[in-house]
Amino acid sequence: MGVGIQVEKLNAWFGKTHALQEINMTVAANHCTAVIGPSGCGKSTFVRCLNRMHETIPDARATGRVRIGDMDVYNGTSATHIRRRIGMVFQKPNPFPTMSIYDNVAAGLKLNGFHDRKRLDEIVQRSLTYSALWEEVKDTMHKKSGASLSGGQQQRLCIARALAVEPQVMLMDEPCSALDPISTGKIEELIFQLKEKFTIVIVTHNMQQASRVAEFTGFFLLGKLIEFDKTEKIFTNPSDKRTEDYITGRFG
Amino acid sequence: MRSRFHQELDELRARLLRMGGLAEQAVDRACQAYIARDLKLCHMVLEGETQINIVEREIDEMAFDLLAMQQPMAVDLRFILAVTKINADLERVGDQAVNIAERVMDMVELPKADLPVDIPRMATAVSAMVRRALESFIEGKAELAQAVLEMDNVVDRMKDEAFITLVKTMNEHPDITRQALDALLIARNLERVADHATNIAEDVIFWVRGADVRHNVPQEETPSASQPVTETH
Repeated sequence: MGVGIQVEKLNAWFGKTHALQEINMTVAANHCTAVIGPSGCGKSTFVRCLNRMHETIPDARATGRVRIGDMDVYNGTSATHIRRRIGMVFQKPNPFPTMSIYDNVAAGLKLNGFHDRKRLDEIVQRSLTYSALWEEVKDTMHKKSGASLSGGQQQRLCIARALAVEPQVMLMDEPCSALDPISTGKIEELIFQLKEKFTIVIVTHNMQQASRVAEFTGFFLLGKLIEFDKTEKIFTNPSDKRTEDYITGRFG
Repeated sequence: MRSRFHQELDELRARLLRMGGLAEQAVDRACQAYIARDLKLCHMVLEGETQINIVEREIDEMAFDLLAMQQPMAVDLRFILAVTKINADLERVGDQAVNIAERVMDMVELPKADLPVDIPRMATAVSAMVRRALESFIEGKAELAQAVLEMDNVVDRMKDEAFITLVKTMNEHPDITRQALDALLIARNLERVADHATNIAEDVIFWVRGADVRHNVPQEETPSASQPVTETH
């Protein structure tokens, strides 16, 4: 099951640049929350702070409190442990190119010392089924490399890879920006189904996508969370003029 | 910036204003025709309906295209939805004007009767409602639209009074029953025009405030996130 995320007074810097300022947000468990805003507003930085990917960049740091379920992200929990419980899918699909489709999905488990072949088979099948890829690759997954798949399939493979380690939260940073409309539709359908099992936070430039997949939406601008509310409220009658100006294309 | 889209919204607005002008003119002409028993004005109302129907279709087509091609959001989405609904109401206003003109054409055939109802006063009130509803749209002001809603009760009372008076007249003076019946139908047509003006005002409030004020249903709290955040300054 997914867990909720509680963000309190989160600040993030790149060197002297204050990229995120005093962010407070409650992400509901087993729902999809979208993060929108113009380029450079801090939305990707925000999700990268949730699994401590932000601190992997030289000179980057973050302060504040992030709780994911009962886990305190910035207070005593190892980054490795956090990332085991939080899967992440990036803008560009990044399957391990030298590995087969099967090994791509099994990689996380094997790295964690999991070698029960029968159990691995079950988890790989389940993960590929969840990511709506099983039917397309079940006959070739041991022979074909992950890199041989189409862009949309590669992205679903990356989702399957993330699902295999049974995370509680899935972070998606513009997962469809490099995909065609059909692949995008498949990923969106997948997000809809995955919400039953995971909590999803998606960064997207595509406001229609946010309105289609997310129950909650946060609008970021210049490193601040300007407005956070139910998605239908944000896209039909936002409270803040800056949100309205952005989503109606009056700036940005 | 989506300047081309916003130019198209301006064009849609201009077309709806044209539609509003045609509908308002039709009602004014129909009322004038009643007062002056003027057949020429009646024919102008009948002929004007074709133009109203053409503009109605143009506006719907443009709104449909904008919805399909531009995926509008928030105030722009509310604006286009409001325009399509106002457009339908204005077309019905045109239909009511035609109904009034047809009643007047019937009345002109009959001997003039001195009826104890003030249809011109009711027509003035209804025309003012249509005009103010359109002004509220032009200026995007919910307060002006709110004032239109309050005028609707006045027109409803006028119609009720006209009904009572005219039914009594029909009972007491059967020789002018047809004239009284025409006047009664005109009162009903005018009351319906007022209802359409009310709908238009409600749609303007929806566009401007995002609030649904139809049918006097108490406005529910807009569903919000458990902890909605709006940054404060």
